[in-house]
Amino acid sequence: MGEYILAALVEHKPGVLHKVSNMFRKRNFNIESITVGACEDGDVARMTITVQGDEAVVEQVVKQLQKLVDVIKVSRLEPSKSVVRELALVKVYTADSKAKSDVVNYATIFRGRIVDVSKDSMIIEVTGSPSKIDAFVELVKPYGIKEFARTGVVAMSRGLKSLKVEE
Amino acid sequence: MSGSQALIEALKREGVKVIFGIPGGAIMPVYDVLYDEKDIRHILMRHEQCAAHAADGYARALRGPGVCMATSGPGATNLVTGIANAYMDSSPVVAITGQVATHLIGKDAFQETDIIGITTPITKYNYQVRRVEDIPRIVKEAFYIASTGRPGPVVIDVPRDMQTGIADVDFNVKVSIRGYKPNVEPHPLQVKRAVDILVGSERPVILAGGGVHWSKAYGELLTLAELLMAPVATTFMGKGVIPENHPLALGCVGMHGRVEANKAIMASDAILAVGVRFSDRTTGKVDEFCHDAKIIHIDIDPSEIRKNVPVHLPIVADAKYALKAIIDELIRRGFKREKSDWIRRIEMLKKECEDSEPGGDLTAVNAIKLLRKVLPEKAIVTTEVGQNQMWASLHFRVLKPGTFISSGGLGTMGFGFPAALGAKVAVPDVPVVDIAGDGSFLMTEQDLATSVVEDIPVTVMVLNNSSLGMVAQWQRFFFGRRYSHTDLKGVPDFARLAEAFGARGVRVGSLNELEQVLREAVKSDVTVVIDVPIPKEEDVLPIVPPGRSLKDMIC
Repeated sequence: MGEYILAALVEHKPGVLHKVSNMFRKRNFNIESITVGACEDGDVARMTITVQGDEAVVEQVVKQLQKLVDVIKVSRLEPSKSVVRELALVKVYTADSKAKSDVVNYATIFRGRIVDVSKDSMIIEVTGSPSKIDAFVELVKPYGIKEFARTGVVAMSRGLKSLKVEE
Repeated sequence: MSGSQALIEALKREGVKVIFGIPGGAIMPVYDVLYDEKDIRHILMRHEQCAAHAADGYARALRGPGVCMATSGPGATNLVTGIANAYMDSSPVVAITGQVATHLIGKDAFQETDIIGITTPITKYNYQVRRVEDIPRIVKEAFYIASTGRPGPVVIDVPRDMQTGIADVDFNVKVSIRGYKPNVEPHPLQVKRAVDILVGSERPVILAGGGVHWSKAYGELLTLAELLMAPVATTFMGKGVIPENHPLALGCVGMHGRVEANKAIMASDAILAVGVRFSDRTTGKVDEFCHDAKIIHIDIDPSEIRKNVPVHLPIVADAKYALKAIIDELIRRGFKREKSDWIRRIEMLKKECEDSEPGGDLTAVNAIKLLRKVLPEKAIVTTEVGQNQMWASLHFRVLKPGTFISSGGLGTMGFGFPAALGAKVAVPDVPVVDIAGDGSFLMTEQDLATSVVEDIPVTVMVLNNSSLGMVAQWQRFFFGRRYSHTDLKGVPDFARLAEAFGARGVRVGSLNELEQVLREAVKSDVTVVIDVPIPKEEDVLPIVPPGRSLKDMIC
């Protein structure tokens, strides 16, 4: 079992996310995370899908994705040859001043940004690999996490190799 | 032009001659157009499930698209079993459903159902019309997707305001779907490698499936089998891709496969699998399926490769093109195998397993063998699901490719009769017989009304053991004869039921009587239901117990 990252270019129209997620459910594949956003030409969207499985499972996932009419192109991303990023917003309880300064310090170390401050809380925006976000969460957990949201990963292969719709 | 007019015009441009359907509130504007339509025959069914099955039977008889139509809500959901059935057996059914008006969608309006959501996992693709001017493109794409590549059902959901809306519609549309480009031609290098394996093998077997039917690769299959001197086993869906009286034909493999077919494939050293998906019913325990054989897998759907079994060599292509390429390569190499030890072994196996002539008691097996004797080669046979189907698979020899229609993947009881109606509409000049069981037939028998009113005469041979027979057999074999809810208690009287619909109903008491009635039935201009009482405990044999290897066949 391992974690695999797939990128898919799909038609950017209503119902496509449903068709993709439905296929995962029906074929008994496990999605760790799925993110969708429009591409530079508005009629294509890019999905980044993280799946758990072995080699045979991932081969099937790729083929089943390609089989969907609304999926234009699928590519497997090698984690070692890709940039993999996720963004998280973490609202931490910081009523006392020690907590405030600790959390600010951790945020600085993680190159996070403090995007909201109130009397008793802060929201820190952290970007990075999923493991970096996990590490940050572990550090601030003792202070009390009031709310937590992460985007799921987006990923892109390094170098000139690219996933594009052929004209 | 209204959306409804555009829809019917677009269907006509796709060559649609027949629609199986039932009107209802949310599809009435389309039916209003059909009222004056001369070029399309609309057949009013009595249940939407039958509309879908009839369209499926029509599609399989012609190996081209079949169309069904229903209203929104319950009309659409009644189609669902038929759509799922078409999906599992890769049949190009185009289902058109009415839908509530777009401003009502999502409001739980009267007879609203999310048919797009419901049918997504059981269709090749589905559409909801959102603009009247899209109708010609959607219809064109729907037929293209349904009938190319690996065929499959497509749903077009048409909200009521899209049916009544007026727009300038342009029918000069071209299909260009960037995410859908089936690969038809085989890769030349893979073909060479396949030929290397086949030429080097001593005990080759061809395993042919439903894909050969859809690709109409009958001629190529036969030529290749004879060149290679390779016996041809089929999956259940592939039954009848080769005339089953051909010396190289082995019949079906699998759970209720023929002994010679299961033995031959398990003894093979190379399998050329074409248009099959290695279902659990075909392979038995998959880890023990043909260890010693190198498997070449030809399929037009890349996702079938290595889905269920490991293969040595995949060829993603249309069966006809792939087989042709292999034949050409064999010819190029000047290869033609003479009768080998393998073939002599196959001949012996076949001799051991030869069916006897029908005679003696009125049993299901005798009735089916007798049916073959009575029917002309070109007759089409459909089946229901259960024992009747497996007896037909084992003992009804298909002589003309493509004349056997049955629900394989989904195993839908009630399929055979409406499918027979669809097949008869498609090919009116040949006799069509549904080999039925009493349990299955009662699931869709209300369409006897359709057969009578629409003048679609077929023969229904009900093998009546007053049981849900296959379940009862499993209870006998695997559940200590605990017949939990499988006794149908002799109800109804099928002959009288048929008569009530205006069809002919006969109960026979002997093989001789059955023969006489069958001879009349296939010439009858009204549907004939023949009630054939069979022994309650007649079993389908052989059987491979579920989850076991094909080697563990009980004969």
